[in-house]
Amino acid sequence: MSEKQMHPIIKWIDYRLPVFSFMEHELHEYPTPKNLNYWWNFGSLAGIVLVIMLVTGIVLAMHYTAHVDYAFDSVERIMRDVNYGWLIRYIHMNGGSMFFIVVYIHMFRGLYYGSYQAPREILWMIGVFILLAMMATAFMGYVLPWGQMSFWGATVITNLFSAIPIVGDSIVTLLWGGFSVDNPTLNRFFSLHYLMPFVIVGLVVLHLWALHMHKSNNPLGIDAKTDQDSLPFHPYYTIKDLFGLGAFLIFFAYFVFFQPNFFGEPDNYIVANPLQTPPHIVPEWYFLPYYAILRAFTADFFLYAYTPIAWIMSAKLAGVLAMFASILLLLLMPWLDGSKVKSSKFRPVYAMFFWIFFLDCIVLGVVGGKPAEGVWIYIGQATTTYYFVHLLVIIPLVSRLERPKTPPESISAAVTSKAEG
Amino acid sequence: MRNNMKNRMTSTAVALALFGTVFLAGQSAQAAGNTPKPPAQSWSFSGMFGTFDRAAAQRGLQVYREVCAACHSLRLVHFRQLSGLGYKEAQIKALAAEVEVTDGPNDEGEMFDRKGTPADKFPSPFANAKAAAASNNGKAPPDLSLMVKARIGGADYLHGLLNGYEAAPAGFKVPEGGAYNKYFPGHVIAMAAPLSDDAIEYQDGTKATVAQMATDVSTFLAWAAEPELEERKSMGIKVLLFLLIFTGLLFAVKRKIWEDVH
Repeated sequence: MSEKQMHPIIKWIDYRLPVFSFMEHELHEYPTPKNLNYWWNFGSLAGIVLVIMLVTGIVLAMHYTAHVDYAFDSVERIMRDVNYGWLIRYIHMNGGSMFFIVVYIHMFRGLYYGSYQAPREILWMIGVFILLAMMATAFMGYVLPWGQMSFWGATVITNLFSAIPIVGDSIVTLLWGGFSVDNPTLNRFFSLHYLMPFVIVGLVVLHLWALHMHKSNNPLGIDAKTDQDSLPFHPYYTIKDLFGLGAFLIFFAYFVFFQPNFFGEPDNYIVANPLQTPPHIVPEWYFLPYYAILRAFTADFFLYAYTPIAWIMSAKLAGVLAMFASILLLLLMPWLDGSKVKSSKFRPVYAMFFWIFFLDCIVLGVVGGKPAEGVWIYIGQATTTYYFVHLLVIIPLVSRLERPKTPPESISAAVTSKAEG
Repeated sequence: MRNNMKNRMTSTAVALALFGTVFLAGQSAQAAGNTPKPPAQSWSFSGMFGTFDRAAAQRGLQVYREVCAACHSLRLVHFRQLSGLGYKEAQIKALAAEVEVTDGPNDEGEMFDRKGTPADKFPSPFANAKAAAASNNGKAPPDLSLMVKARIGGADYLHGLLNGYEAAPAGFKVPEGGAYNKYFPGHVIAMAAPLSDDAIEYQDGTKATVAQMATDVSTFLAWAAEPELEERKSMGIKVLLFLLIFTGLLFAVKRKIWEDVH
């Protein structure tokens, strides 16, 4: 829709508030590298899941009661008596897991193809902050049904802050709004659980703004130079994203309709009971790797016991800091990685370590779900060590020592030769 | 071409690995203790097309009312919901009318007893958790509304538990007031074996063996925990069919649009 084709009314509005030309530039003409593979679908999928979560969440909040005496029953009322309440709640409940699946794939894609490298450092860092905001939101959301795992998960996680010297206990009291997880805790978590998604929306706007400055990275990791290298976003990527959305919704719907409690814990269908601790307190699956890192720091863990860390802090505090560091370190990825070439396609050594790191994260997740005993302690400590060694030693060294293969001249040259060959 | 193959293989590997994690994470919590896993039953309501066996669920309601209800509440279930198990309105009214419900206060400010109506919930056997515990050796019998969703193994666990009462192995000391159960975590359960052959007389003439009653009441409680199950699954089939066709169409359109690019 060029200037001339505009309807006079549209033109009148656009002259005063250029929403139409904005959409034209950013959603239609927006030049996108022509060689994006399906791993690039997960960004738009994450955005769509966010919208699904907002819509279902707003409806759930209309029926939910944030009070320790009524919260559990109000959720069951939604499940049993509210029209299609079970559907809305199961979409929201499984949507949380879907959101993390999509975002984790999106992040690993970024790590593999070097999407965090210049000039996309801030784009990547905003993404890390989105992950942190998602984690806070998901954690507080899980508390709201006020089941056993809600209550005990909240107790365990909020108690982590008590490891902070001097102010720790005051912080915990502030989080609880009292001296234990109770009604004030539930109320503030509900309030913040409703607030945080809008913070995420704000961060997503910044994320997209930064994205549209320098456009998408691509599997070759080289800049689009000529018109030959790019395609207009519409219709090429609108249809590709829609197809991806369809495939994703099949996966999502399977869980909502046929395995709605697959990602959940049976214990959360028992009303919270402060006097009875469940045998195993496990966080939701998407927190398990961090939980494994947290628990790896025991007094005899060599990374703690034989390093100066042991002189200045308790093992508990070290675990808490390591858990946060495991995410915050990702902010430094653009500088930890010193390679001139972005894509792992041309960095075979780095690519190998990427897959080891990926596997490491998976094993951490498995360990996080096991009781902290026997061989699992050692596996957890080994994988935790590798996690940090990968980020702080392997990436800086390999990226500076490896001599990457030479990427092709341009995206179009690569695409054409592939088509011919 | 070779590159493409490799890409596909990595994609598949990644997808499998991811699914693996999710699966393992889900399983991990189940590896608790040395209690044997209750044998899996073939339930009428499992699978994508599962529905509740009406006759079994109705017999299960009879077991609940005549046996379980003496100690266990079912506080989230309304009589009106029994229409989901094939009961007619008159039958539900009659069932509800058999219980006494405290209502009020009336215009004089007094609480009063009246007959139950379909809009009422199943009455609880004890006034509160303290009273329930006091009458049961200090352990309140849990509410059964969500029991099937609240235990690892679901209906299989319930079925196993009800069939799992047996003599304690030699050397195993069962404390006073407890019973030995094969499938209960730790084996010592506060509930004495609730079922015995012919403990009740089924209205439909089915022989009331322990195994039969365990299956029936598990079916009924599975329904009580997930009364939306049938609607959910039948909607799910339609949603999946729609999405499969729609996604297929989207793929065809995508191919068409991208034709000139490759």
